[in-house]
Amino acid sequence: MQLTGAEIVIRCLQEEGVEYVFGYPGGAVLNIYDELFKQEQVKHVLVRHEQGAAHAADGYSRSSHKVGVCLVTSGPGVTNAVTGIATAYMDSIPMVIITGQVPTHAIGQDAFQECDTVGITRPCVKHNFLVKDVAQLAVTMKKAFYLAQTGRPGPVLVDIPKDVTQAKAEYSYPKTISLRSYNPVTRGHAGQIKKAVGLLLEAKRPMVYTGGGVILNTAAPQLTRLLRLLGFPCTNTLMGLGGFPGTDPQFTGMLGMHGTYESNMAMQSCDVLLAVGSRFDDRVIGNPTHFFRADRKIIHIDIDPSSISKRVRVDVPIVGYVADVLDEMLKLIESSPQRPDAQALKEWWGQIKEWQRKDCLKYDRKSALIKPQYVIEKLYELTGGDAIITSDVGQHQMWVAQYYKFDKPRRWINSGGLGTMGFGLPAAMGAILANPGATVACVTGEASIQMCIQELSTCKQYHLPVKIVNLNNKYMGMVRQWQQFFYGNRYAESYMDALPDFTKLAEAYGHVGMKVEKPGDVEGALREAFKLKDRLVFLDMITDQAENVFPMIPGGKGLTEMIFAEEL
Amino acid sequence: MRHILSILVENEAGALSRISGLFSARGYNIESLTVAPTEDATMSRMTIVTAGSDDVVEQITKQLNKLVEVVKVVDLTDGNHIERELMLVKVRAAGKDRDEMKRLADIFRGRILDVTDKSYTIELTGPGEKLDAFLQAIEPGAILETVRTGASGIGRGERILRV
Repeated sequence: MQLTGAEIVIRCLQEEGVEYVFGYPGGAVLNIYDELFKQEQVKHVLVRHEQGAAHAADGYSRSSHKVGVCLVTSGPGVTNAVTGIATAYMDSIPMVIITGQVPTHAIGQDAFQECDTVGITRPCVKHNFLVKDVAQLAVTMKKAFYLAQTGRPGPVLVDIPKDVTQAKAEYSYPKTISLRSYNPVTRGHAGQIKKAVGLLLEAKRPMVYTGGGVILNTAAPQLTRLLRLLGFPCTNTLMGLGGFPGTDPQFTGMLGMHGTYESNMAMQSCDVLLAVGSRFDDRVIGNPTHFFRADRKIIHIDIDPSSISKRVRVDVPIVGYVADVLDEMLKLIESSPQRPDAQALKEWWGQIKEWQRKDCLKYDRKSALIKPQYVIEKLYELTGGDAIITSDVGQHQMWVAQYYKFDKPRRWINSGGLGTMGFGLPAAMGAILANPGATVACVTGEASIQMCIQELSTCKQYHLPVKIVNLNNKYMGMVRQWQQFFYGNRYAESYMDALPDFTKLAEAYGHVGMKVEKPGDVEGALREAFKLKDRLVFLDMITDQAENVFPMIPGGKGLTEMIFAEEL
Repeated sequence: MRHILSILVENEAGALSRISGLFSARGYNIESLTVAPTEDATMSRMTIVTAGSDDVVEQITKQLNKLVEVVKVVDLTDGNHIERELMLVKVRAAGKDRDEMKRLADIFRGRILDVTDKSYTIELTGPGEKLDAFLQAIEPGAILETVRTGASGIGRGERILRV
């Protein structure tokens, strides 16, 4: 059957079961939009800025384990989307980005709305394609979806010149595909797995540290079983929250720069460390030289060989899908008569409980000002810990990670790697579309929210009842915190002057706005907001301007060199 | 330490920039890079000479393998191998230096490809050090122009890199 390139694009999306495409039309993609218009299976969500399209597709994927799809035009359409693509790349989110390009004969002529899309996006995608021949379009789309989801997931971009969307070719969508140059190792090495299990069973002071890989590979059930079986303590990275229940007594809280005292101390003091789907990044282990002053054996499970021994040398590397490797480990442990040394483990837990008594997340509960931590605690209570929470980047993001206890994976949606302000609201749109009926809240700050605030309009158009919790301290809080600690209180350009009246702004977009200024009003306002099930509510919470995120490991310091609220 | 990486890569537009981009983005250095299609026209063979600690070279190899278009990567310096580079050098060859230049080319088993009454263009093949030695043997003022291909390498004996 002969189809045009534009028809082929839509047919491929249908074949892949794509429900939503997040996008913005323009000259180079008009043929594709025309075909979208003629069918109903693939629904389009019109964002107000292409960055929002990429973040929405990303949030859709993070909250659903499906591939997020976005569609933008050439030139500025692409460059606007780049922030969102890079965000997805840093956090290994499976996405397919379809971009229009000027006609093939015009490429390289500095045509209107032309840019070197594959060149610009090359460093921030898993792979990208420029399709110059319509006969290659269907197979390229198949490759894109395959690459995005397999191995270490990531965004894949398909750039399609306008004449290719017009040209016709015989259409057939390949059922399967294989690439000789792309064969990710998926099954862990049996010998290595055996060695790892041996180490775990011999451990006296074990620690389990898990990251986004557990979420992405849906390995939370296996991880939970393994931990229950062994009785070991577990910490999660920012990206890994929800991989192990946040309310479980074996959970010691997040680790890293703003992690708990107990998690960071246990990371440094353990004798066997099991790292699962995590990558020892700078915000997690701090200074690697300091990390290595302690003597411990490290087991590292990851799908990406290049994540292993990148920043930290490990003793037992295991490359493979984390869910499968954990399954294999469980089999070995369950069939083994050996169990971890109960006495040693008891002593180790005794030490951890002692660290926990420091109560490193305590804050002033009697303050006359709204404490941001209190807002998150109330949000947790009122949503029963079961909401999907998206966030932007900064202090508010850390407070959610510290005070909202995620018991399930895919409930915590944030830009961990790239740290993209403006991510939260569009990501919430994607999450709410992927999870109809779910409670979705976007915790943000007055600086971050303004970076993609135009999406309030999209929320109105598609009736997306996101609850926006704006922790408004009139500062770029994290920047201010660093300036206070490390730059002698010189608050260079971190003050958010001339803020809009967010209540009126929300109302102008057709939503509900509420301003909350007293701690006593926080709970009532949250209740009221969640009662308005089908409305977007913008809660402008005026919080304590001087509040900081603690504990904190200053940049370049080691895991045990934390500073605490009471020390300031 | 110096390493020679041999890479089989899909012969597709953009593959070269993906690889060179990886080196610049991650701060790895490239001493030389050569690339041309193999006997199988769908594939190119690339030789990259780089330098770095064992950890860095391990990362380079892993990162290269991660690129979707890279089929295989081998570190030739892990075993016995042969390394060759081609150089074309144009030298001043006038007056009393003319005979000396010819003699020197012969000693290094160079071939004179082009002759004018004032210059020779000499072709020289060998490991990089040999080409360096030749350039050092000539008085610097006599060198008018040099062009080098960068190293190509292949494993010795039964060491074969193919799909």
